[in-house]
Amino acid sequence: MPLEPSVREAMLSAVPSLRAFAISLSGNVDRADDLVQETLLRAMANIDSFQPGTNMSAWLFTILRNLFRSEYRKRRREVEDSDGSYADTLTSHPEQHGRIEFEEFRKALAQLPSDQREALILVGASGFSYEEAAGICSCAVGTIKSRVNRARTRLSELLAIDSADDFGPDQSTRAVLSAGGRR
Amino acid sequence: MMQNDVQTRMKRRGRLGRDVQSKLGKTLQAYFDDVVKEGVPDRFKDLLQQYDERKDKGSS
Repeated sequence: MPLEPSVREAMLSAVPSLRAFAISLSGNVDRADDLVQETLLRAMANIDSFQPGTNMSAWLFTILRNLFRSEYRKRRREVEDSDGSYADTLTSHPEQHGRIEFEEFRKALAQLPSDQREALILVGASGFSYEEAAGICSCAVGTIKSRVNRARTRLSELLAIDSADDFGPDQSTRAVLSAGGRR
Repeated sequence: MMQNDVQTRMKRRGRLGRDVQSKLGKTLQAYFDDVVKEGVPDRFKDLLQQYDERKDKGSS
């Protein structure tokens, strides 16, 4: 049976933030778009297990996150990554997304442990509550909170932010922020 | 990365100040929204369309 129009609509409207989540996780647009595609295919194949009235976006984020983590584990096994070289590929791949203004921020984000990175993005940018983020990551709410806190602390160290006026050496990032940040 | 510098600062600071948190939050949101504002690429619209068409044919 074709998708219900309302289901299709909900899926499509989740795509922009799914992509942003996938890019933040993988650091690479092509890989991120493949992840989103795989997520949508899985979702459509398993649409019967989606409960109407529940949060479509949270359901899709959960699928994408699980796909990313299984891919990440596989990749780590393949390259015998000693906790770092895979992260390096995240920061050095040429096909990065984003304008130059976000370069420093993106690199700092890529240096976070993946569980902290995903928690921070879910709560700090995707608009999920701590409870929803805990559901997506299948962990306790307290775990999400502590991951978000650790992520924030680490990011501020990496970006050398000591106060609101001190935003490291990256003038262009500062310019973006003072121009309003959220557009 | 100047590791010593970072460690010293980490020892010195307990919690992040409100201003730092707000700065970080805004940057993160701006970084995220930079992708969100690109909307839905055609490949995903096509993907859902193709799925529906296949399902239509498949059920007959």
